[in-house]
Amino acid sequence: MYTLANVKKDYQKGRDTVHALAGVDLVLEDRAWLAIQGPTGQGKSTLLQILGGLDRPTSGTVELAGQNLALMRESQVTQVRAASIGFIFQTFNLIPTLNAQENVEVALVPLGVGSAQRRARAAAALESVGLAERLHHLPSELSGGQQQRVAIARALVKEPKVLLADEPTGNLDEGTRDDIMKLLEKLWQDHGLTLVLVTHDSTVARRAQQIGIMRKGRLAIRS
Amino acid sequence: MFFTYLRRELRRRRRQASFIAVGIAVGIGLVVTVTAASGGVKDAQGKVLHALYGVGTDVTVTQSPKAGSGAPAGFGFRGRSGASGGTKIDADSLVNPSLGTLSSSSVTSISRLHHVSTAAGGLTLNDMKISGKIPKFSSSGGSGAPGGGGGGSFRGSIKSSSFTVSGVDLATGKVGPLSSGKLKSGATFTTSDAHSDVAVVDANYATQKKLAVGSTMTIAKTSFKVIGIVSVPQGSSPPDVYIPLARAQSLAGMSGKVNTIYVAAASAANISGVSREISGLLPKATVTTSSSLASEVTGSLSSASSLANNLGKWLAIAVLIAAFLLASLLTMSAVSRRVREFGTLKALGWRSRRIVGQVMGESIVVGIVGGLVGVALGFAGAAVVSQVAPSLTASVGQTTGSATPGGAQAAGGFGPPGGGGGPARTAASTTHSVAVHLTASVTLSAVVLAVVLAIAGGLIAGSFGGWRAARLRPAAALARVE
Repeated sequence: MYTLANVKKDYQKGRDTVHALAGVDLVLEDRAWLAIQGPTGQGKSTLLQILGGLDRPTSGTVELAGQNLALMRESQVTQVRAASIGFIFQTFNLIPTLNAQENVEVALVPLGVGSAQRRARAAAALESVGLAERLHHLPSELSGGQQQRVAIARALVKEPKVLLADEPTGNLDEGTRDDIMKLLEKLWQDHGLTLVLVTHDSTVARRAQQIGIMRKGRLAIRS
Repeated sequence: MFFTYLRRELRRRRRQASFIAVGIAVGIGLVVTVTAASGGVKDAQGKVLHALYGVGTDVTVTQSPKAGSGAPAGFGFRGRSGASGGTKIDADSLVNPSLGTLSSSSVTSISRLHHVSTAAGGLTLNDMKISGKIPKFSSSGGSGAPGGGGGGSFRGSIKSSSFTVSGVDLATGKVGPLSSGKLKSGATFTTSDAHSDVAVVDANYATQKKLAVGSTMTIAKTSFKVIGIVSVPQGSSPPDVYIPLARAQSLAGMSGKVNTIYVAAASAANISGVSREISGLLPKATVTTSSSLASEVTGSLSSASSLANNLGKWLAIAVLIAAFLLASLLTMSAVSRRVREFGTLKALGWRSRRIVGQVMGESIVVGIVGGLVGVALGFAGAAVVSQVAPSLTASVGQTTGSATPGGAQAAGGFGPPGGGGGPARTAASTTHSVAVHLTASVTLSAVVLAVVLAIAGGLIAGSFGGWRAARLRPAAALARVE
């Protein structure tokens, strides 16, 4: 699914240049589950953003299903994100003014799905994560775990090929963390996703097929 | 999704949205009120001009009087033997009040000009009546010089009165001072009355003199029958009596003469061209158009016009600009607070233009709400202006050169026994004053303007915010800590 070759990413911070990624090589097969671990500030989230086309590498190639995201126009990358990549964030990132169903529908809007079909698919997605009775609740009316479930439903409603999760359990308590991870694992199996999950939690990382350790901008894969 | 998201977002920040809407409403309300007040002032000016020159008159032509042409009118008893102190006087004369004259053939020439629809001549005259006895002069010593010296006294009783008479061209009733009159009773002139001793009387004068249809009155010692009573627009200073032009010319000894020519152009666009052609035809005449007359209007109407057009207009523009700037700043600020939200939408595959469209949609809705409230405020403002505005006066100087030498003459005194002269020709009033009430009414075009401005305001504010949203890099936006 993914092939990364010598991917580097540099940032300017005042007069200094920060080398967030110092040359990452990665080959990720379809339906693989990779957990990326490492201390804070080692480039984990930067790598995830490049995998999701949210940022461009300074150099190197990032191929997703044979397409080099680094060379695509912004509009094309946006299209790939809309159709093929689902995101889950540590802070859930739900739209506060939309209810659970509408938050899930938001992911289908760029695909031109009609409103009736959107509503139906959103309801089905929320049912699959156990929130069938919370369709019309606003994020402020949901617990942290429930909000993350809505975010998962939003990521999966468009049936992506790839799911990128950035510290999905970072803001959750232990019990809820386990529930969410069980859910993610089930969905990964059921949907045949390629899952890349960034975490600093070893308990979460151990569930993955492969663990990658980010250190000083380089990725080392452990089976 | 677009409208749902828009509605929910505006509800979330309703305080800020209301603040922006109120700002736009105030600006637009001012624009609508000022537009209505300006329109009211223009209408008032139009009423003034119509009252002075009648409906349909686009151009008036007058002539400066010749130097020395203001010789006193005689009443026929100067130097008359026996006209000594104690002699009875009964004089009634129709006189031209210090206005220059034009020949009737000029009317015909003007009517043949290109783009002239109608031309009519008119005579504005004063009927002067003097009756009584020439006073006896007794001196108590001294020089006995006529009218001079000291210590003389007059004994006698002289009564004088006057009223204005307008000679009306019956062939062309569409222009001239009678054209704006509304018949209250009786009938108006027909073309067959051209040489008849018939008169139409102004309603106020008729009330004052207790005249009615069928009454008779004397003009220049000729008995005229009143055939109609007419009222003209409130606040104007119309002539007291209207008679056929030919009779006025005959009684005033001014055959073939007029002192005003009223001209209607074929269309409003032709007025200045017609004015130029008349000036070329009659180089010594004074040619006045409605617009040139409008610039001569003085009085509180003129002040109101300046207020509405200058201060009012610029104040409205300044407030509107301030409202738009404030709306733009607040919209940009709202976008800043939603950086992570927009970053998430971009991560989900929303294109920048969809996000920009969302921001602009929110701004336009706020602008439209502000516009609607602004229109309501404008209606209220216009109603207040109409209610509280005092009656405005407008004065227009007669542009006939009555101030030129030999023009206006003061009423003279009476000569000594044996050399009695009549009063000199009195100066005509050189200023017309009209009182009008200012009515500010909101027109459809003002409402349309308000809506357009409201949408423009929303677009401007939305553009600033949208530009900000479009520039967001998803990675940087998602990394923002809120």
